[in-house]
Amino acid sequence: MSEVAVTGAIKRYGQVAALDGVDLTFADGEFFGLLGPSGSGKTTLLRAIAGFIALDAGEIRVDGTDIARIPVHKRNIGMVFQNYALFPHMSVAENVAFGLDVRDVPAAEIKARVAESLDLVRLSGLEARRPRQLSGGQQQRVALARALVTRPSVLLLDEPLSALDKHLRQEMQVELRRIQRQIGITTIFVTHDQEEALTLSDRVAIFNQGRVVQAGAPRAVYERPVNRFAAGFLGEANFLEGQVTALSGGEARVALVGGGELALPQGDLAAGSAVLIALRPEKISIEPGMAVGANAVAGRITAAIFSGSSLTYRVAVGERLMIVFEQNKSRAPLTEGSEVVLRWNAADNVVVAP
Amino acid sequence: MTPTTRTRWAIFSLTGPAYLWLACTIFLPLLAMLALSFLDKSPLVPKPPEFTLGNYGAFFAKDFYWSLTRWSVELGLWVTFFCLLIGYPAAYALAKRIKGRWREAIFLLIVLPFWSNALVRIFSWTMVLRSNGIVDLTVQSFFPGAPAFDLLFSYPAVIIGLVHSYLPYMILTCYIALQAIDDSLVEAGRSLGATSFTTFRRVVLPLSLPGIVSGSALIFVPVIGSFMEPRILGGTKGATLGMNIEEQFTVTANWPLGAALSFILLAIVLVIFGIIYPFLRRQGGNA
Repeated sequence: MSEVAVTGAIKRYGQVAALDGVDLTFADGEFFGLLGPSGSGKTTLLRAIAGFIALDAGEIRVDGTDIARIPVHKRNIGMVFQNYALFPHMSVAENVAFGLDVRDVPAAEIKARVAESLDLVRLSGLEARRPRQLSGGQQQRVALARALVTRPSVLLLDEPLSALDKHLRQEMQVELRRIQRQIGITTIFVTHDQEEALTLSDRVAIFNQGRVVQAGAPRAVYERPVNRFAAGFLGEANFLEGQVTALSGGEARVALVGGGELALPQGDLAAGSAVLIALRPEKISIEPGMAVGANAVAGRITAAIFSGSSLTYRVAVGERLMIVFEQNKSRAPLTEGSEVVLRWNAADNVVVAP
Repeated sequence: MTPTTRTRWAIFSLTGPAYLWLACTIFLPLLAMLALSFLDKSPLVPKPPEFTLGNYGAFFAKDFYWSLTRWSVELGLWVTFFCLLIGYPAAYALAKRIKGRWREAIFLLIVLPFWSNALVRIFSWTMVLRSNGIVDLTVQSFFPGAPAFDLLFSYPAVIIGLVHSYLPYMILTCYIALQAIDDSLVEAGRSLGATSFTTFRRVVLPLSLPGIVSGSALIFVPVIGSFMEPRILGGTKGATLGMNIEEQFTVTANWPLGAALSFILLAIVLVIFGIIYPFLRRQGGNA
C-alpha cells in the first residue's frame, strides 16, 4: 500500500492545459474521488499516474519515488477501465490470471490467487465463462478482480460504474467500498457523478479547467464550498449577491441585491464589501405566510415538482428564482402560485468566492 | 395458413431467387465442367465422346503435373507470406498509429491498384524488372559497371507481381480486424504488467487472427490458380497449374483435361479450407 503525491502537475495539449498545476496527495489506504465536468483534467491525472501520458512539468511520487521514468508495466498499478477492457478471447479465469502470468508466477500460485480474487468479488464458479457471457455488473467484478490480483500499490478506477444502471450502480458502490476497506488499498477514483463521489470517497477533489478547485472530506466540501463552481457542481445551490452593511457582535448583516437581508457569522468579512452567498436548497424551510426578517424572504411558488421522496419548489423572490427541496412528509404539498416565506439558519449562509 | 407454413413460404420466396441465381451462374456451369472432365475428347470434335477417368489418371501418372501443383502451392504460400509480412504492419500502422486525413490518403493509395487494369499493371512490372528496365538503368547510372539487374522471367518476378496485386486484400482484412480492437485492451494489458510486445502477442495478435486468416484465404486461393502473372512475368520458368489449365482450353484445345485439372485445383483449395475452417469458426466464436 502506498502514498501517491502529485506536485505541480502540468499537461498541455496545444493551447489547452489539461492539467494546470495540480498538487494533491493521496494518503495510504485512502479512497479518493476525482470529480469534475468532462475535460476538467481528472482523467488526465489518473492516466498520468497510470503512466499512459507523460507530464510536461511536475512530478508524481509513489512512496517518495519519482515514477516519471518508470514505464506503465513496471508501475505495479491496478486499473479498472470505463468499458472494463476485459480480453474477449480469454475466459474469466484467464483474464484474471493475465497479470500473474506475465509476471511468471508459478502455475499453482496463479490458480490459488485467481480463485482468491474471484472469491473476493463473489464470482466463484464463473471461471470458464467468456466476458460476453456475463452481465455488466459481473464484467465489472471481473475487471476489479483482474486489477487486484497482482496486489498493486495503487488502484485506479476510471468511471467504473458509469455503464451500469442505477440499481446495479448502488450495489456496486457498496461492493467497491467493502472490497477497498477489506484490502486497504490506496484507491483513486474518477467520476462525474457527484453523488457517487460523496458516497464512496474518504476525500474528494473537484476539478475545473485543469485545476483543483477544492479538496477535502465530502461533507466539508459539500457544506463549505469555496467558490461558485464548487458549490454549483457538488449538489445544487442558490446564489445570493449582496453587500455587507453592518458588523456587530460577531454577526454580519448583508443587504441582498434586489431586496432582502441576511445575517451570518462575521468571519473575515469587512463592512461595505460585496459578497456572494451559497445556500443549499434543502436548508431552506418553506411555509405559507408573509413574515419577513433576516434570513427570510417572501416569494411565490412558480413550480412544484414532485419526485417521490422529495419535492422541489421553484420560488420567485423578486427578480430572483430560488430552489427549495422539501422531504415528502405528511403535509399536503404547496401549490403553484401560493405566497410563501422561505427561512433558514444564519450558519447555512456560506460565503463563497465568485 | 399456420405460422410455420407461412414462415417456410417466406423463407423460400425470399431466398429462392438468390439460390436460383447461384444455381444458374455457378452450380450448372460447374456441373457441366465436371461432366466434361470425364469425357475422352473435346465436344468440339465431331466424333461422339466416351466416358473415361483418364484425365484424372493423367494428373497422377505424370510427374510434370505433380511438380506443377507443388510449385503452384509453393507460390501461393510465398505470396501469402510476403503479403502478410508487408500487409500486417501496414494495417497495424493504419489502424493504430495514423489518424485523420493521412489515413484517408494512405487508404486511397492502397486501393489504387484495384482501379487499374490487371494486365496494364503486370506489363508495367515487366518494364521495371527487365534488363535495361527502370531499376536496371537507375542502378547503372549510380554504379556504372554494377552487375546487370534482370529479374524478368524468374520466380521472384512472379512473386513480386502477385504480391503487388493481392497486398490490398491483406491490408484491408487485417485493418478491419485491428481497428475493432479497443485501445483500452492494450492499456489494460500494459497496466497489468505486460510489456508492449507481450501485450501485442497475447492480446492484439490473437484478436486480429481472423483478419489474418481471411486475408490469407482471399490471397492463397486465387494465387494458386493464377496464370496471367506467371505467364507475363515468369515466362517458361513460372509455369503454374493455372497456366497449364488455361493452355488446355486455349492452345491445345484439350477441354476435358483442362476441366479435370480445374477440379483437382478446386479439391486442393477445399482441402486447405477444410483444414482452416474449424480454426476460423473457433476464432469467430471468441470474438
